[in-house]
Amino acid sequence: MKHRLQFTGKKLIRMALLLLGVSIVTFLLMCASPLDPLQTNVGQVALGSMSPEQVERLEAYWGTETPAVQRYLGWLGDVLHGDMGTSLLYRQPVLTVIGQRLAGSVLLLTAAWVFSGVLGLILGVTVGVFRGRWPDRLIRGYCLLISSTPTFWLAILLLLIFSVWLGWFPIGLSVPVGVAADAVTFGDRLRHAVLPALTLSITGVANIALHTREKMIDVLESDYILFARARGESEASVVLRHGLRNVSLPAITLQFASVSEIIGGSVLVEQVFSYPGLGQAAVTAGLGSDLPLLLGITVVTSAIVFAGNLIADLLYGAADPRIRRGAARE
Amino acid sequence: METILEIEHMSVFFTQYERGIRRRILPVIRDLTLSVGAGQIVAVVGASGSGKSLLAHGILGILPYNSHVEGTIRYAGELLTPERSAELRGREIALIPQGVNYLDPLMKIGPQLTKGSREEKVHRRTRRALERYGLGRETAEMYPFELSGGMARRVLIASAVTGTPRLIIADEPTPGLDAKAAERILGHFRELADEGAGILFITHDLELALTVADQVAVFYAGETIEAAPAEDFSDVSRLRHPFTKALWHAMPEHGFNPISGAQPYPDEKAHGCPFAGQCSECMSDCRETDRIPLREFRGGMVRCLYPGEETVL
Repeated sequence: MKHRLQFTGKKLIRMALLLLGVSIVTFLLMCASPLDPLQTNVGQVALGSMSPEQVERLEAYWGTETPAVQRYLGWLGDVLHGDMGTSLLYRQPVLTVIGQRLAGSVLLLTAAWVFSGVLGLILGVTVGVFRGRWPDRLIRGYCLLISSTPTFWLAILLLLIFSVWLGWFPIGLSVPVGVAADAVTFGDRLRHAVLPALTLSITGVANIALHTREKMIDVLESDYILFARARGESEASVVLRHGLRNVSLPAITLQFASVSEIIGGSVLVEQVFSYPGLGQAAVTAGLGSDLPLLLGITVVTSAIVFAGNLIADLLYGAADPRIRRGAARE
Repeated sequence: METILEIEHMSVFFTQYERGIRRRILPVIRDLTLSVGAGQIVAVVGASGSGKSLLAHGILGILPYNSHVEGTIRYAGELLTPERSAELRGREIALIPQGVNYLDPLMKIGPQLTKGSREEKVHRRTRRALERYGLGRETAEMYPFELSGGMARRVLIASAVTGTPRLIIADEPTPGLDAKAAERILGHFRELADEGAGILFITHDLELALTVADQVAVFYAGETIEAAPAEDFSDVSRLRHPFTKALWHAMPEHGFNPISGAQPYPDEKAHGCPFAGQCSECMSDCRETDRIPLREFRGGMVRCLYPGEETVL
């Protein structure tokens, strides 16, 4: 137990350093951005018709005149006191914006994450077993095709087929247009989440299936599988009792590592489907020079990704008897 | 004595693809003939890479999918078809592999040996098999990484006696053991043979094989080149094939004289006697005669045009 606590403690320190690094890089990228916040958000024409005092107040609001180091340290100091600042575009506390957006995305992200993980594992194990034969070639071909397809293009394709031509799903947004907020049913939300979630899953599945396939092939070529066969275990028993068991450990790592890919993919997919989630807010903040919001979103998503990896490490320790019993003996 | 295993003219081929499309067929075992009687220990001795393990996998019917087997294998007098070996392996035909990495690292010993069966009878048999080799109930609750080297080897032997083995194939069961520990393991084999099982003992260690074997078959480049009773090895003049004699001279108590050169790889052009490159007795027709047959000679078998000639070293 002491070992486990030490491990978690070290990881948490590492996480703090990572978040610091991520925020610095985001800040530097934002400073290097060629977009002028005033021109982007207020507009050339409106700026031209304003008095110098008005422009000055706007510059102060967007912080363009403040030195970069001072701005960053100011932000950091506030964050350490638990204040993530106020979004310049939404005029709401950053945490409130992120909370709302995350609540909007969570259905989408979770569905895509679970679906791609489960289906990817099943497909990967199957093609590993049928290596070299037609199910393998078929599924592997599909996976390679999908892996080399840009996510946003796939999103547009699905939108075109299922929303425009077939009309099965709405064109975009997360709730129906023209319906009062309390009249929106869970079914409505679900219908709106299907296509974006599907897009994210389809890309996620390919990656997980290809990785699982490699692992499964390694496992099936191992000495212990040979011996299991020699002891008269059936092919089904070999795959289900030994194959799945030994592929499950790398699968845990893969599944939690895919959190980052799902979140990354959601930025593009939410943009295509005009889905008001965290990904879309990140794009808005980035293009609109909303520094506090962008920093907030990067830090929060990095923390989620890091937490995913941490959970994978901890689960690994609980699932692998060599680590579990090894640590218990110390 | 009842013959348990009878292999005649067995060949194992592997199909390989070179650069995607060019297919070639690689013979890894050629024209192997061997028999094991009940209560007998037959040692198969050969250098690594001579195809010994594939012989074991061929009998068990667990060769990889890109291989095929020719020739006949008889088990207890009847042809051993792939279906029959699938039926018999783990019950009457048992494999004892090299070491602990042949056990699933993530599964406890108990469930591995019972193969997931819920029958009380199977569990009882497994417990008894472990007890026989001094392994208590706690062993069944251990993972392979928790076993010591000696325990792992006893677990592997115990796995063979969870069934009612009539043929046990031990594939290099004593790697890295000192002579004493190896002899203790071989003592277990002798015991199993005395109970009526036939044992095929695959090893690269001739000296060790001679401590326990009744018959010795010498393997070279995928062929059996000599089959001799173990007692023939007490006197080099009773041996038949020049390679067997070279092996004899390489043993520590006979002067430790190694033979120069190496056996040919299975993909090298087979022309004439495969041993020609290393043979001190090689004649011109040895290099030209393809497929020298295995024939009876002085109470054993030999695959040589001029067997029994005195080797000058």
